Amino acid sequence: MQLPRPNAEVIARKAAIVSRLRAVLPSAAVIDDPAETRAYECDGLSAYRCPPLAVLLPGTTAEVATALKICREERVPVVPRGSGTSLSGGALPTSDAVILGLGRMNRVLETDLANRFIRVEAGRTNLSVTGAVEGEGFFYAPDPSSQLACAIGGNIAMNSGGAHCLKYGVTTNNLLGVTLVTMAGEVVEIGGPWMEAGGLDLLGVICGSEGQLGVVTEAVLRVLPKPEGARPVLIGFNSNEVAGACVADIIRAGVLPVAIEFMDRPCIRACEEFAKAGYPDCEALLIIEVEGSPAEIDDQLARIGEIARRHDPVELRESRSEAESARIWLGRKSAFGAMGRINDYMCLDGTIPVSALPHVLKRIGEMSRGYGLDVANVFHAGDGNMHPLILFNANKPGDLEKCEALGADILRLCVEVGGCLSGEHGVGIEKRDLMVAQFTEEDMEAQMRVKDVFDPDWLLNPAKVFPLEASAARRGA
Amino acid sequence: MKVTTEQELSEWITSATSPLRILGGGTRPVGRGVAGEVLDVSGLRGVTLYEPQALTLVVRAGTPLAEVEALLAGEGQRLAFEPADWRGLLGMAGEPTVGGMVAANVSGPRRVQAGACRDALIGVRFVDGTGTVVKNGGRVMKNVTGYDLVKLMAGSWGTLGVITEVAFKLLPRPETAATLLCETLSPEVAVAAMADALGSPFEVTGAAHHRGTGRTLIRIEGFAPSVAYRAERLCARLARFGDWSHIGEGGAEWQAVRDVAAFHQMPGDVWCLAVKPSDAPGIAARAEAEDALFDWGGGRIWLRVAAGADLRARLGPVAGHATLIRAAAETRARIATFPPEAPPVAVLARALRDRFDPKHLLNPGLMG
Repeated sequence: MQLPRPNAEVIARKAAIVSRLRAVLPSAAVIDDPAETRAYECDGLSAYRCPPLAVLLPGTTAEVATALKICREERVPVVPRGSGTSLSGGALPTSDAVILGLGRMNRVLETDLANRFIRVEAGRTNLSVTGAVEGEGFFYAPDPSSQLACAIGGNIAMNSGGAHCLKYGVTTNNLLGVTLVTMAGEVVEIGGPWMEAGGLDLLGVICGSEGQLGVVTEAVLRVLPKPEGARPVLIGFNSNEVAGACVADIIRAGVLPVAIEFMDRPCIRACEEFAKAGYPDCEALLIIEVEGSPAEIDDQLARIGEIARRHDPVELRESRSEAESARIWLGRKSAFGAMGRINDYMCLDGTIPVSALPHVLKRIGEMSRGYGLDVANVFHAGDGNMHPLILFNANKPGDLEKCEALGADILRLCVEVGGCLSGEHGVGIEKRDLMVAQFTEEDMEAQMRVKDVFDPDWLLNPAKVFPLEASAARRGA
Repeated sequence: MKVTTEQELSEWITSATSPLRILGGGTRPVGRGVAGEVLDVSGLRGVTLYEPQALTLVVRAGTPLAEVEALLAGEGQRLAFEPADWRGLLGMAGEPTVGGMVAANVSGPRRVQAGACRDALIGVRFVDGTGTVVKNGGRVMKNVTGYDLVKLMAGSWGTLGVITEVAFKLLPRPETAATLLCETLSPEVAVAAMADALGSPFEVTGAAHHRGTGRTLIRIEGFAPSVAYRAERLCARLARFGDWSHIGEGGAEWQAVRDVAAFHQMPGDVWCLAVKPSDAPGIAARAEAEDALFDWGGGRIWLRVAAGADLRARLGPVAGHATLIRAAAETRARIATFPPEAPPVAVLARALRDRFDPKHLLNPGLMG
C-alpha cells in the first residue's frame, strides 16, 4: 500500500508544532512521546501501521476548532479518529499527520424522547447511545458488529450499517444533524432535531465522507421505540442457489424481516466447530429474524416457514424461547472469532444485487481454488452486503499479498455484477486503489470537488478514498 | 429545448452560454422564477431496470411518477416515502416526473417512519453544469463507496446538475392498513397524542392533525392480524387523549394529508416548516395562520397565512426552518423561498454550486 510522501518540512518542525498546540490545549490533550503515540499507529486494519507525528485528544468542540486552525496554519495533515475500529484503514496515520482522537468527547448532551432524538458528542460509543435511552424503551438503530467499541463519529464518517439495515437503514438514515469543525477551524451546525436539514443536503454528503470534509464533534441522532420482541428462524439448504431463491421469495411475499443472515458451508463448519451451536451440516444457512408481539412473530415466522418449505430445506428450526434464539445466533455471532481461531483472515465488504448471489458465490469458490486460499462467506442477504472472509497465514511470506489480490478480484466481481466495493466499512486505504473499478475519472472528479470546497488544502484524513494519482494535482504532490 | 437522451443533454449543456430553466413535469414551480431558456427533460423516459425480488428500481428522470407507481403497484411494491402531488396545492396541470420529485426531495406522511425520498434514493446519474455525465451510488441498497452525492442531488432543485436517471430502494406494499381518527383534539393535545403513538412499538406510519377540522389521524400498516392487534392496542393507549374510532384503511384521508388538500383553492400563502414536534403547536399559534396542518407527528407544519406576510420575521428565531411553497410572484421576489442559511453554510453551498455549475447555467438563483 502506497502512502503519500510525508512532508519532511512538517516533520522537521515537530517540536515547534507540538509546543504551539500545547500552549492552547490542556497538557494531557497533546501526546508526542513516540512510546505513547504508538497506540495510534493503526486501526482495525492492523496490517498497515504508521506512527503519527503527534496525538491530540481534545475535550470540547472549541478545542477541536483551535487545534484544526493551528494545524492548517502549520500545514499539518489531520487524521480524525473515533475508537479506531475501522476495517478499511480509515484512521491510519501518516508520519507527518496528527491524530485527532475524539475519545474524550463522549457525553450525552440532550435526550428528548417526546421528539425521539438524542444529541451526543462524537466520541460516544454506538452501543452506549442505545444504553442512554433503552431504559425508556428506545434504541439507536444502526448496529455495526463493533458497536461495543466503535464511536458515533466514526459511524458517521463511514456511514456504518449493521445487521438490521434492511428494516432500519444505515447511519445516514438515522442522522438528523451534526456539529462540524472545518479544517479552517470554523464551527458549522448542519441540520438539527427536526426532519429535513434544509437547503442543499450537506448532511447527506458529510455522512460517509470518511472524515475528509471536517471533524464531526456532536451529532443529533434519531432514536426509535424498541419492538415488543424479536425471534429468529434457522433454515438450512443443500445449495446456495436455493437459499438465494428462498430469500427472494420471502422479500416478494412482503415480509420484511429485521435481519436475513446467510452463511455458506465453510463458514457453517468453522462456526459449528468453534461454538457448537448445533448447526446442520449443509451448503447454506439462513438466519431470519422478525420483530413484534409474540403472536405477530408467530404469524411472520409461519409465513416464512411456508415459503421455505417450498424450497425443501434440510432443516427449519423456529425459535420458541430466548434460549433457543441465543443458540441460533451463537454460531453467527462467533463467526469472526471462529475464523480467527483457524487462521488469519481478511474480511471483505462488497455489496451485490441479491439476484446475483448464486453466480457470485460460485465465482468466489472458483477464485478461491485458483488462489489456493479458503474463503468463507457470511453476509446480510436481505441487502446484498457480503462479507467474504479470506483465510491466510500472515507469517507465510507472500500470503498477505496473495490474499489482497484475491480480495481485489472478489470486489471487482461485485462491481461487475452491478454492486459496489464497500457496503458498510468504507473505502479507507484498503479499497482506495480499486475505486477506478467502480468510478470513471469524471465520477471521482465530482466527488473530489466536494473535498475541494470543504478542505481546499486537502489536509484532512490524507491518503484515503481516492487513488493517489487521481488526487495528486490537488495535494500538490 | 427538449432533450431525449443523456448524451444530447450533455452536448446541450456543454455548449450553453446562458441560464437554463430545467423542466420536468413543471408541477412544482417553487422558488424565484428562473429567467432562462427552458430545458425540457421530460423526454428522458423509461424504466431501465426493475427487480422486484431485490426491491430495486432504476428509472430515467423524465418518467411520469404515475407510470412508476402503477408499475410498482402491479408487483405489490411502492415508493415508501409516499411522494406528494402538489398540483392541487399550487394550481398546476402537467404530469409530475420522477426526476422532479427527486430534485425537490418530496416526501409524504410516511416519511416519519420510512424515511424521505433521499433515504430511498440509492443511485443517480446527472449532467453537471460543465456538461459532464456523472454517476454516483448505484443499484444496491448498502453502498458507502466514495462520497454520497446521491443525497446531495436530492433536494438540490437542479442547481448542481440535471438528473437523468435515479435508482430507488423499494418496499413491499403492506397487506392492509388501519387509520384511527379522533375529532376533538387541540393542536397541543394532538401533538402529545401523536408523540405517544410514534413512541410506541407499533410502527406508526402516519400521524397528522388538521387544526381546521380538529381531526387527528394515526396510521398502522402490515399483515391483517398484526394491524388489528396494533389498532386495538393503540386505541387503548391513546384513550387518555380522547375517543378514537377505526375508520378503515383511510386511503383518501392520507392522500389529503399528503397533498395538503385542505389548502387547495383557499386564499393565502402556504409555508412548510420543519420543527421539533413539541414546538409545533406554539409556532403555529405565533404564526397567526389561517389554518395549519401538522404532519409527521408535528415535525412538519403546513401553514396557510395571509398573502404577502413574512412568516420568518413574524416568528423570529425558530429551532428548525420555514420554506415558502406557494405565494404570488411579487411575494416570492421579496421573501426568500428557502430558509436563509447561516453564513458558513451559505459559503459552502455557494462554493459547491460554483464547482458543479461554474457557468451558473442551471436554475441560477432558484434556491437563493
